[in-house]
Amino acid sequence: MTKKNDTQNSTGFIGWIDERFPLSSFIKNHLTGYYAPKNFNFWYLFGALALFVFVMQILTGIFLTMHYKPDAEQAFASVEYIMRDVSFGWLIRYMHSTGSSLFFVVIYLHMFKSLMYGSYQKPRELLWIFGVAIFLALMAEAFFGYLLPWGQMSYWGAQVIVNLFATVPFIGPDLAEWVRGDYLISDATLNRFFAFHVIALPLALAGLIFTHLIALHEVGSNNPDGIEIKDYKDKKTGIPLDGIPFHPYYTVKDLVGLTVFLIVFASIIFFAPEMGGYFLEANNFVPADPLVTPSHIAPVWYFTPFYSILRAVPPILNSQFPGVAAMGLSVLIFAFVPWLDKSPVRSIRYKGILFKKWLGAFVISFIVLGYLGTVPSTIWGQFPSILPLLGGSDVATVVARIFTIIYFLFFFLMPVYSKKSITKPVPKRVTMK
Amino acid sequence: MKSIIILILLFLQSSHILASEEIYLEKAPIDLSDQPSLQKGARTFINYCLNCHSAKYMRYNKLLDIGLSKKDIKDNLLFTGKKIGDPMEISMPVSESKKWFGAAPPDLSVVARSRGSDWIYSYMKGFYRDRSREIGWNNLVYANSAMPHILWELQGEQGLDEKTGKLTLMKAGKLNQKEYDAVIADLTNYITFMSEPDKLKRKKMGFYAVGFLLLLLLLTIKLKKEFWRDVK
Repeated sequence: MTKKNDTQNSTGFIGWIDERFPLSSFIKNHLTGYYAPKNFNFWYLFGALALFVFVMQILTGIFLTMHYKPDAEQAFASVEYIMRDVSFGWLIRYMHSTGSSLFFVVIYLHMFKSLMYGSYQKPRELLWIFGVAIFLALMAEAFFGYLLPWGQMSYWGAQVIVNLFATVPFIGPDLAEWVRGDYLISDATLNRFFAFHVIALPLALAGLIFTHLIALHEVGSNNPDGIEIKDYKDKKTGIPLDGIPFHPYYTVKDLVGLTVFLIVFASIIFFAPEMGGYFLEANNFVPADPLVTPSHIAPVWYFTPFYSILRAVPPILNSQFPGVAAMGLSVLIFAFVPWLDKSPVRSIRYKGILFKKWLGAFVISFIVLGYLGTVPSTIWGQFPSILPLLGGSDVATVVARIFTIIYFLFFFLMPVYSKKSITKPVPKRVTMK
Repeated sequence: MKSIIILILLFLQSSHILASEEIYLEKAPIDLSDQPSLQKGARTFINYCLNCHSAKYMRYNKLLDIGLSKKDIKDNLLFTGKKIGDPMEISMPVSESKKWFGAAPPDLSVVARSRGSDWIYSYMKGFYRDRSREIGWNNLVYANSAMPHILWELQGEQGLDEKTGKLTLMKAGKLNQKEYDAVIADLTNYITFMSEPDKLKRKKMGFYAVGFLLLLLLLTIKLKKEFWRDVK
């Protein structure tokens, strides 16, 4: 058996370990010898931040689990027990509740970066697909976790989402009952959601994040110019000319980003943990009551763009299934982006105005749909009844329909406009802006 | 299947109902650092509210945080052999209270977080005489509320002017309007405190945490610059 170069030099304790476990070579392969493009900008912070938030959610989650009771009779009280009687329980709980919202903020920005710089294009398709899988698992994780405080919003939100399964033709009602484990959301549902939230999905997420990182380190990081740094290597050392070791360069840079993130994070948990009802909803301070339906049920903000799409699609033949299917597609469609983008270049810097316009339209529709999902559909009133076609219908619903169409056109027309968009010449070496 | 469709339709249309529920709420003068106010509020709460409403997540010893001593709490606020570490529970069974009032009086531990302080403040000022109802009272903020006006001796009796929709004092109580408003302000202040007893501590800690992070930011920026000097 031949030793690798980097372990030959290690002596002492590290040497002892290296003979039994590839510690030094692991550090070299993934940190000190992992060469990342030197031109990363602001947008490249969010991957590392997402990993940080994931670890923080696991750690705060462990402490919450020590005091939380997954029992319909005791769940709500145990959360208040954490808030009042557990020392610093309020801090741990706010870290966890704020962390869940910020996880989505960070993930959305991370995904947007990939859309901007074409980080899903060949050879990074699998890296992207693992990312989409992480996003799906994260949505499930957030959904299961939201039931646990057993407030009115937890209860009725879960009731409605589980009932979405009931719209599936033929097997729907049985499917919903199977998911709930009962005829309605009950103790049985709470117990299984707890199991999914604290072990099944975190485990899946950990595995997916691991594969996401393995795939990343196999193909190497993309960069804002969207060019391969591996194409120009130092002839002697074989090191990419535009690459710098991840550690120490990006560890110290990410440390700055992390500190800024922590300032935002701390400002929320210490000064506005409810975030005006967006992170913790007022109605969730009322214990779950299966006999009292709240007058207004809305999902947490990070689900609202997709919820808007669900609400925008009108029922067909008395079935809500088309809306549910559209909502499902609006999430799953991300997985197909590597094959929808036919552009010869990766980065938005060289993609041309047509692509930029479409990406801009997509971002606007995502934000508008997100906003509309948080408010009543009557918010902007109705069209006057004299108008043909539109008369009497809610303005907000019509707007949501228009933006739902734009949302989907961004994906469906991508093969056309990404091909048509006139690209600019791509530089051979990365540019520092 | 039908009920599921109805529920989903309700969910999709739920927003309609919300829009019709708009009521004018008066701004509650909340000051969690005003300990005398919180203490007065706690007394009103324990004397008047805690007979029918519980606050079962709140322990009596949390009142130490608003400047009361153990002796104060034991001598003036603890009844029926309760201990200082006990939660504010009541002996009225839910099944009975449902019979008496039609609905069990809700636990008030976190009501300031679900309803909001302004709602509580306005609600407590919004009672008026309504002979058409069994309990003899109604409320401007929460129409046909099952709760009678517990503090009527203090406030007196208000009547509703059907035309303007405003309340006027018909029969004077023990307190004048200003004094009654002050009692309700203290009570609301206390109920707000009770909904999150560590709120002030949280905010105070926040200044230290953010201050520390700002200093850390300066260091991390310097560190980054030092390392990146040779990257061109």
